[in-house]
Amino acid sequence: MDVTLTADDIAFRDEVRAFFRDEFPDDIREKQDRGIPLEREDMVRFQQLLHTKGWAGVNWPVEYGGTGWNIVQKYIFSSEMAMANAPDIVPFGLGMVGPVIYTFGNEEQKQRFLPDILASNVWWCQGYSEPGSGSDLASLKTKADRDGDEWVINGTKTWTTLGQYADWIFCLVRTSSDVARRQEGISFILVDMQSPGVTVNPIITIEGGHEVNEIHFENVRVPANNLVGEEGKGWTYGKVLLEHERTGTAGVHRSAFRLNKLREQAAKSVRGGEPLANDRNFMRKVAAVEVELKALEFTELRTLAAVSSGKAPGAESSILKFKGTEIQQAIDTLFMEAAGYYALPFVPHQFRFDYPEDEFIGEGSETTTALKYFNFRKASIYGGSNEIQRNIVAKHVLGL
Amino acid sequence: MDFSLNDIQSMLLDSVQKFINNDYDFDKRQSYSDSEQGFSSEVWTTFAELGWTAIPFDEEDGGIGGGPVDLMIVMEQFGRGMIVEPYLANIVLAGGVLRRVATTEQKSRWLEPLIGGELQAALAFVEPQGRYDIANVATSASKEGDDWVINGSKSVVFNGGNAGLLIVPARTSGEQSNTDGITLFAVETGADGVNIQSYKTVDGHQAADISFDGVKLPDTNRLGNVDGGFAVLDAVIDDATLAVCAEAVGIMRILTEKTVEYSKNRVQFGVPIGSFQALQHRMVDMFTACEQTYSLLVWASMTASAGGDDAKRAVSSIKYQVGTAGRKVGEEAVQLHGGMGVTWELDVAHYFKRLTAIGQILGNADLHLDRLAAG
Repeated sequence: MDVTLTADDIAFRDEVRAFFRDEFPDDIREKQDRGIPLEREDMVRFQQLLHTKGWAGVNWPVEYGGTGWNIVQKYIFSSEMAMANAPDIVPFGLGMVGPVIYTFGNEEQKQRFLPDILASNVWWCQGYSEPGSGSDLASLKTKADRDGDEWVINGTKTWTTLGQYADWIFCLVRTSSDVARRQEGISFILVDMQSPGVTVNPIITIEGGHEVNEIHFENVRVPANNLVGEEGKGWTYGKVLLEHERTGTAGVHRSAFRLNKLREQAAKSVRGGEPLANDRNFMRKVAAVEVELKALEFTELRTLAAVSSGKAPGAESSILKFKGTEIQQAIDTLFMEAAGYYALPFVPHQFRFDYPEDEFIGEGSETTTALKYFNFRKASIYGGSNEIQRNIVAKHVLGL
Repeated sequence: MDFSLNDIQSMLLDSVQKFINNDYDFDKRQSYSDSEQGFSSEVWTTFAELGWTAIPFDEEDGGIGGGPVDLMIVMEQFGRGMIVEPYLANIVLAGGVLRRVATTEQKSRWLEPLIGGELQAALAFVEPQGRYDIANVATSASKEGDDWVINGSKSVVFNGGNAGLLIVPARTSGEQSNTDGITLFAVETGADGVNIQSYKTVDGHQAADISFDGVKLPDTNRLGNVDGGFAVLDAVIDDATLAVCAEAVGIMRILTEKTVEYSKNRVQFGVPIGSFQALQHRMVDMFTACEQTYSLLVWASMTASAGGDDAKRAVSSIKYQVGTAGRKVGEEAVQLHGGMGVTWELDVAHYFKRLTAIGQILGNADLHLDRLAAG
């Protein structure tokens, strides 16, 4: 057991650090630092920059254009990216549908879709949940009926994050109801959002933002070759994807960055007031979250080490999801508490480059802290609610 | 970055596991604990024969040159086995002082028999008024000619009733809570003026309150520099904190395993109680607490080995975690075992008591969280 980095690791870290210092676009950096929301174009530009560098497919195998990094390198990259306050990579293409296609897709699908996913030329979104199928995802009703060389899709998908930007959607759909287990009749299918019969309706969330959507499919015709892998095996593919995804959702480096920022902020006097760092109760709460986070960082590293030694990320990855989101939410709560009264003003419109400085209310991003807190209540609900994650651990790890 | 065990560590793990599985069941543990000295001399001799008493010591001192990770491996298994033999008191605490500051002569006098299993020792680092502040030393040592004279009292000295050798921090200068001005002394328990009041502790271990009434010592019994004892004590206490945290992880894990097993077999309302979701989620939280605590332990042990800047922070983090998550796991294990959980008969109750005791010593969760909060 050894916690130290090798000389090669340190050289790699310096290279990544230099990239984020010298090549990460200043305008995106400023938006991130000032809490100004990113546009679609910003996110794409950032990811394309990573692609130019060969760093977009962090977890992808080399043969499909991935980095081939070992776990320490991935850990370093993720840490440096967070410490530079760079945005997260939008997961739907690079983190979700890409791995499903290179693992289960046919040669034609790989050649057709993977290069554009890797280059962030095509924006993907995820069609899993439905109005009647949340935690009980296997009850999904959106169906695909075979008609000659096409599938005809009817139904509704919901909670589709950034679906308003999407060119393509990957969906779990029911291709057969004549099965012993509900999970068996589900297939994994790729749909062009421009297809006739697809409509996107926004859902405005608790903090007033537009992130998620409801997507309706009315007799949407999709070529038969858009079905990935075997018909009826979509549930298995979706589950593999979720397990891989959960190992990445702990967000430990992002959380570490935010806790550092919180400590820096607490040490300063705001508007001539007493620094929050003098409030022992508050700082004890910060310290308690830091301990949880450090523990999770090593839980994630241990999981990744097991994966790199050939084990599949098992149900233990559920722990990363529910602990990671609990920690993220705890940090959101602390930022809101730190803002005091200034958590109240509802002025999201002032987070623009050109907003007149003398009209700005609050210091820095104080007035977004409550909005973040409200918005991030979603984290313990999405990706399989934290209660569902506990069910998974109970069943598959504890054997209950 | 590497989480695998090396060959020596794997062998060590294997040998401790074998011993506990084959030779140290719960009934034996209870009978050793119930005996007058509170542990088995025979078992202690076995530890010495197997080389476990030599782990943290340098090869030139007759040790095997092990580090924090090796200790972690052994202590976690000692937790699982609920070992009552005074490994912490002898090897980590008293041995930790001796290996750092004893002269060659002092080593042959005390460290050699300690490693050999012939000498029992204790480090008397707690004072009645001191709570968790190891610098709060009122016990005094004053010069009388070439000798030292010790006056004062120490409390809850682990293994104090069995020790032939006591290592005693005493104030040689400065105010009562100054870190400067503390000197360490080796006091043999046969010396005039040493008064030992020995008792059992709630976790089945043994401790003593000890007073020193004009105890006279030659300068050859001084360990390390005059006034320079605090740094030594502080480093030894950090080692000991890591060691008991490893023991706690072993206990937390076995409590979780036993609880899950029990819930699969205990039938109420016609079904195993483990089929109830209300209980399942609580057991998942116990399991998660174990994983998280083990992760911190691994971090802290590796950081201690590497001697990084984070070492102090890591010690406080793991001890805080053991104090909070450990208490949670212990209480939940008892609760989920129902009435059986609160009986003397069941091992779960005794694991819980040891885990609780660990939470009370070497700085509780509150103290360590305060240190972390200060940054």
